[in-house]
Amino acid sequence: MAIFLTKDSKVLVQGMTGAEGARHTARMLAAGTEIVAGVTPGKGGRSVDFGERALPVFGSVAEATAATGAEVSVVFVPPRFTRDAVEEAVDAGVALCVVITEGVPVHDTIRFVARARASGTTRIIGPNCPGLISPGQSSAGIIPADITTAGRIGLVSKSGTLTYQLMYELRDVGFSTAVGIGGDPVIGTTHIDALEAFQADPGTEAIVMIGEIGGDAEERAAAYIEEHVTKPVVAYVAGFTAPEGKTMGHAGAIVSGSAGTAQAKKEALEKVGVRVGKTPSETARLMRALLGGSGRGGV
Amino acid sequence: MDLFEYQAKELFARHGVPVPRGRVASTPEEARAVAAELRTPTVIKAQVKTGGRGKAGGVRPAPGPASAEVEAARVLGMDIKGLTALTVLVEQATVPLEEYYAAYLVDRAGGAFIAIVSAEGGMDIEEVAATRPDALVTTPVDPAVGMDGRSARLLASRAGLPADVQDAVADVLVRLWRVLVEEDALLVEVNPLAVTPDGRVLALDGKVTLDDNAAFRHGHDAFAEVPAAHGAAGLEARAKARGLNYVKLDGEVGVIGNGAGLVMSTLDVVAYAGQSSGGARPANFLDIGGGASAQVMADALEIVLSDPDVRAVLVNVFGGITACDAVAHGIVSALGMLGEHGVRHPIVVRLDGNSAEAGRAVLHAAGHPLVRVVATMDAAAELAASLAAA
Repeated sequence: MAIFLTKDSKVLVQGMTGAEGARHTARMLAAGTEIVAGVTPGKGGRSVDFGERALPVFGSVAEATAATGAEVSVVFVPPRFTRDAVEEAVDAGVALCVVITEGVPVHDTIRFVARARASGTTRIIGPNCPGLISPGQSSAGIIPADITTAGRIGLVSKSGTLTYQLMYELRDVGFSTAVGIGGDPVIGTTHIDALEAFQADPGTEAIVMIGEIGGDAEERAAAYIEEHVTKPVVAYVAGFTAPEGKTMGHAGAIVSGSAGTAQAKKEALEKVGVRVGKTPSETARLMRALLGGSGRGGV
Repeated sequence: MDLFEYQAKELFARHGVPVPRGRVASTPEEARAVAAELRTPTVIKAQVKTGGRGKAGGVRPAPGPASAEVEAARVLGMDIKGLTALTVLVEQATVPLEEYYAAYLVDRAGGAFIAIVSAEGGMDIEEVAATRPDALVTTPVDPAVGMDGRSARLLASRAGLPADVQDAVADVLVRLWRVLVEEDALLVEVNPLAVTPDGRVLALDGKVTLDDNAAFRHGHDAFAEVPAAHGAAGLEARAKARGLNYVKLDGEVGVIGNGAGLVMSTLDVVAYAGQSSGGARPANFLDIGGGASAQVMADALEIVLSDPDVRAVLVNVFGGITACDAVAHGIVSALGMLGEHGVRHPIVVRLDGNSAEAGRAVLHAAGHPLVRVVATMDAAAELAASLAAA
């Protein structure tokens, strides 16, 4: 099993005719994703060749979903067009919209996240995220498929490359689903949303949660874990050495005054029984030890 | 991008938020001229992007042009929390009867903007929040509706502001919302929002953070700071000009990696390694992002190696989209471009993921005497830390 994305998910790609969109569509196809369509305004009626397959391009998401039954959209359009693209997907009623685009204005994100919530049908992941992968089944985004295997760990992370690092370190155990939720201040799917889904997924036995400095998402996740998560959770938090007031790459990764420090996040997680690794490799060791022991135990 | 107070007030004025009359000055003579123009008692305010400047002596009353010149001379060049006041705002002095607080900021948990209003302005709002949370009224703003007059009046009333100023404050709240939305700001804060003896409501101070991601739809270039040409700010400015995400830190191990999270993690792992061997710490954050080309790697190495504090460099790349052989070719060609003179410190490289073996083979074949290829992130950090401490 997996969360949010399975081998049966029918996927469309917004921006498939662009260079990035085409490149990653080919990679997603290779990872087993059932991609059924591309969407580019003004280019409806064409098709794009991907080796043995030619994918139809539609001028709108509504046309694409009507013709193909796609319920997942992956967005590769430039920042200035992202809000329109996502709102179009929401209005067409897709169940999942994965926004890979980096550099989306926060006001735009707030608008499309609010619209998705109001719709009651669309979950947004991102923006500024690597997407998600259910290894061996499907990939929606840019997470490399060949660095890990299918298995029983669920992973949720703000960071792309740290996700890859942990997926690689734990490739022998494997993953049900790995979700990159993105490093922006406002995102559609939070750590808590992913934890809730992993808790409910029978194919997930244990959870790795990767956080970083900025905001209080990890603290809120800790409170949620205490109340609602019985599966074992191992966490990693990046940015112990980050100075106050400096944005560390991700727009959301900033320590403001005494708020958002890695230390505070680590303490909040440990307080509710989550084991927190000091480094990615130690985090992997903690997870392996946990699964090697009783396999399933309370936190 | 954080704005200076005078820039924030320019935006306020553009959207009809009342502010005291005044202008920015960068010399004592200019300050004198502004004060003479204002024909009122003035206040000289250091323009630095940090709080606590009043306590540091960066805000001084000046009854007339002559004292404006004297006080500006004292404030200009002043160091406030490590920042230098290069300009002052010369402003009509205002004695507030009442001081309130008003702000809009991103609520990450709620995924929307929230409005905060308090009758207790003029002091450190974090302290008010910590000691008397009831004194702050907070409400989420529906992004589809915004802050209209009715909601604003309700907010002013809930904050316990006197009935006779609620309408004026509500009007300011609506206009500040326009500043937030129309300028693509992430933070708009007025502290204090003052009531004057003649009953006017004025933004006496202003803090605005603009969203850099929204720069494409604004002409905010005028607000960009002229980067300093030397020191840490110089390195950061040079990196920025080349599109690199670089933050100068105060250690000795230069760090280059791909992806913000992995680079932050690398800094931590270097610091831990340093704790057990010689005390070396990370010298910088540098994220080369996805799809790193040879040129990007050359730029990154050039910036990091030109930091006089750096004694060793750690390149930590996990190839996802990025192919490690391309990164390795980038390192090799960068070393060629920089030459013997430019590369005098050891460079420890760890490559994993996409085409990692091919990448390591490229580095081994090049056989540069200062490049060491290490298999894991932990071992690479340990080697770089010990080399920097040696």
